[in-house]
Amino acid sequence: MADETRAPEPAASSERPRSEGGRPGGDRPRFGGPGRGPGGPGREGGPGGRKFFRRKKVCKFCVEKIEDINYKDYRLLGQFVAESGKIVPRRLTGVCAPHQHRLSSAIKQARNIALLPFAGRAS
Amino acid sequence: MNRTYELMFIVRPDMTDEDLDKLISTLQSAVPASLGTVKSVEKMGKRRLAYTVRRFNDGIYVLMIVEGGGAAIHELERRLRVTEPVIKFLTVRVDEEQKRLEKIKKLRDAKKKVSGQPAPSAEEGAAVPAAETPASA
Repeated sequence: MADETRAPEPAASSERPRSEGGRPGGDRPRFGGPGRGPGGPGREGGPGGRKFFRRKKVCKFCVEKIEDINYKDYRLLGQFVAESGKIVPRRLTGVCAPHQHRLSSAIKQARNIALLPFAGRAS
Repeated sequence: MNRTYELMFIVRPDMTDEDLDKLISTLQSAVPASLGTVKSVEKMGKRRLAYTVRRFNDGIYVLMIVEGGGAAIHELERRLRVTEPVIKFLTVRVDEEQKRLEKIKKLRDAKKKVSGQPAPSAEEGAAVPAAETPASA
């Protein structure tokens, strides 16, 4: 039982053989873990054995209260696009889910009208 | 019909200004027939394209805001497809989005007027104290 860091789980965890390999907290759904929501409940003491903390990233749109994510402002959208032209996942940028959806639709529209590239560096 | 559409199209870069104006007026004349109105046309100037479109690297962007039903846009797009200088176009319906932005703006303005609190919290959180203050007073 030494590796049983997941205290709230009842005795069911000892019966499941696959939980032995899940030490870094891989297969157990844990809210506030991968997401960077404001004030995530996973911060307190870090259950599940995550050895390091990412600094809490905040959603740029929520903080600056930008509501109009338009395909036309390619400069704003370009901040969320990688060098290769790919849309950066929200676990790296810290954007919240609804804003990420709008952002990705806007980026796709901008790509269609040649304001952003599909692949390659944005000029 | 009060749908608002934003139609952005790209014209080949070697078009003269007057040719461009002629083209825009031709398109504009097609709209009233299908029960629409052109609210504004904005020429956004020549820009470098992010990728090559029909062997062009630059293009002149034009933004047209149209109010009307789907038939107006259908007609416009049909014309744009056959017009030779136009190399790309994109139509986006924006009336729902504008409604949402208006609502948010109204909420934010109401919040600023009613509550004199220096630290604005989240919108839903602010709407509740804003509603509570008249009740508690």
